[in-house]
Amino acid sequence: MKQFLSFVRKEFYHITRDTLTLVIMLILPVILLLILGFAVSTELKNTSFVVLDESKSTLSRKLVEKLNGNAYFTLESYAHTAKDVDKAFRRGECKLALIFPSQFANDVVHTGNSSIQIIVDASDPNEASTLVNYMQLAIMQFQREQNVNMTPRFIDTEVKMLYNPQMVSAYNFVPGLIGMIMMLICAMMTSVSIVRENETGTMEILLVSPLRPVTIILSKAAPYLVISILNVISILVLSYFVLDVPVAGSLVLIMSLSIVFTFSALALGLLISSITKTQQTAMLASTVGLMLPSMLLSGLIFPIESMPAILRVISFIIPARWFIEALRDVMIKGLGLESIWMQFSILLLMTFILLAASIKKFKNRL
Amino acid sequence: MKAIDVKELTKRFGSFTAVDRITFDVDQGEIFGFLGANGAGKTTAMRMLCGLLNPTSGQGKVAGFDIYRDTEKIKRNIGYMSQKFSLYEDLTTAENLELFGGIYGMSRKEINEKSGKVIAELGLQTEKDMLAASLPLGIKQKVSFAVSTFHTPRIVFLDEPTGGVDPIARRTFWEMIYRAADRGITAFVTTHYMDEAEYCNRVSIMVDGRIEALGSPAQLKSKYKAASIGDVFQSLARQAKRVES
Repeated sequence: MKQFLSFVRKEFYHITRDTLTLVIMLILPVILLLILGFAVSTELKNTSFVVLDESKSTLSRKLVEKLNGNAYFTLESYAHTAKDVDKAFRRGECKLALIFPSQFANDVVHTGNSSIQIIVDASDPNEASTLVNYMQLAIMQFQREQNVNMTPRFIDTEVKMLYNPQMVSAYNFVPGLIGMIMMLICAMMTSVSIVRENETGTMEILLVSPLRPVTIILSKAAPYLVISILNVISILVLSYFVLDVPVAGSLVLIMSLSIVFTFSALALGLLISSITKTQQTAMLASTVGLMLPSMLLSGLIFPIESMPAILRVISFIIPARWFIEALRDVMIKGLGLESIWMQFSILLLMTFILLAASIKKFKNRL
Repeated sequence: MKAIDVKELTKRFGSFTAVDRITFDVDQGEIFGFLGANGAGKTTAMRMLCGLLNPTSGQGKVAGFDIYRDTEKIKRNIGYMSQKFSLYEDLTTAENLELFGGIYGMSRKEINEKSGKVIAELGLQTEKDMLAASLPLGIKQKVSFAVSTFHTPRIVFLDEPTGGVDPIARRTFWEMIYRAADRGITAFVTTHYMDEAEYCNRVSIMVDGRIEALGSPAQLKSKYKAASIGDVFQSLARQAKRVES
C-alpha cells in the first residue's frame, strides 16, 4: 500500500508538471463537446432550394411561399430552364430543387393526383435523406391545409420521435464522445507513460525493485482514472447545462459504466505499451488501433445495424460499442441496469480479460 | 555467508549461449569488478542475478536467496543503478529519493531522516529541490547512486556507472562506492575503464560468455605478467570470437 501510494504520488508529479498535457487532457473534451454540439449538427436549417415552375400556377406559388416560410428551407431563386437548375447545383447555390410539371395545377384540380419532382444533392447521403424527409413532410402538411374543406383521401401518417423528440444530434453524440475521450486519455496516455519509462530506462529500475507488476499497473492507472472521471463529470455538466441534453438515468450507473470502460481502455493502453518501443509508435498505435475503430465501429458515427456483416462482427469485440450503447440507454432513455445488464456484463468480461492479458504480458517482458 | 554465490550459471537464447557456465562468488562488503567486452554476456549475467531473467541452468544465490525461487526476496535486498542513470527527470532530487524509499517500503520517518543525511553527505543541499533533468551528468550519477543505495541494500549492482563523465567525477564516484563498502554494502560493478578495475578488491574478466580470469588485480597482473589490468584484459579479449553486438 505504501509502495502504491509513493508510486501514485510520482505519477501525479509527472502529470501535473507536464502542464501542457494536463491542460490538453482537461480542456480537449470540453472543446470537442462544444464543437460537436454547436458546429457539427445533423439538423438542417435554412437549406437553400431552387424552383423550376413550369406550371406557373397559383397553387405552385403558394406551396413555394409556404416552404420558404419554413425554418428548414430558404428559396434561393426561380430557375427558368432545367439547365439553370443544373447550374445552381454545380455552383453549390442549392441543395435541393423542386420541379413543377406544366400540368401540375391542372392535374391537382381535375384528377386530384399530381406529382412534383424533388432533386437533391446526395453527395452527403445522410443529409440528402433527411432533406427529402423534411420536404415530403412539408408538402404533406401543405396538402392537408389545402384539403381542409374536403374529406382527406389519403392515409395520414403520424410519426412520434421517442426519447429525442426534436431529433437533437447532441443526444446521440454525448455518450459517444465520453467513450472517445476516455479511450483517448486512458489508452493513449497510459501506453505513452509506460513506453516513456522504457525509453528513459526507469522501467528497468522498477523491475529490479520489489514492486509487483500489478502495483505498477494500478498506480499508472490511478491518475488517469481520476482525470477520466473529471472529464466525464465536465462533459455531463456541460451537456446538461449548455447543450440541454437530459441525463435521464441514474448517475451512479453512468459512473460505474464509465469506470469499467476506463479500465478496459487502460488495459488496451497497457497492451499497446507492451508491443511498442517508442512514445511516437505508442501514440500512433493507440490512435489508429483504438481511436479509429472505437469511433467508426462503435455506432458513434455510423449505425451498426447498417454495417456489412463483417464489420458488425468486428464491432462485437470493441469495448466502446457496448459502452456507448449502454450509456445511451441510461443517459437518454433513462433505462436502468435491468435493461443494460447484457452490455454491462460484456463490458465487464472484456475488461477483465484485457486486464489479465495486459498484466500477464507486462510480467513477461524483459 | 557470501553476498553472491554462483555455480555453472548458464543462459541460452535459442542456440546462442550468452552466459556459459560461469562460477564465482563475492564476499559481503567486497567491491567486485565484472569486466568484459561489449557482448561478452555481462548484462545477461547481471540480469539473472537481479532476478530479471531466468537462468537456463546452473545454481546461484544472491544475498543468500535462490535466483530461481526467491527473486522477490532478492529484489528487496539489492540496489541497482543502470548505465542510463535512470532518475525521474521531472522529479527533484529529494523526490527521487523519497519515491525509491517508498518503493522499498521505508517508513516516512526513515525516509526523511535518511534523505537529509544522504543529501548532506553528498553536498547536494542546493540541488535538493532541483528537477533531476537540470542536474549536470556528474551530479545525476551521484544521485542515481544515492537512490540505488538509499534503502541500504546488501548488494548494489552498478552497470557501467561512470560512463561519460570526467576523471575527477569518476574519482569522487569511486569514493562513494568505498564509503558504501565500508557500511557493509557489497558492490558489483561492471565497467570498461580498466583503471577503475584497479580500485576493485577482485575482478573477473568475461570473454564470450565465460569467465576467463578471476582474482585480485595484483594476482591477475602477476599471473598474466602484465603491467596493468588493461593489458590483462587486452590479451584475453583478443581471443574473443564473438563480434560486438
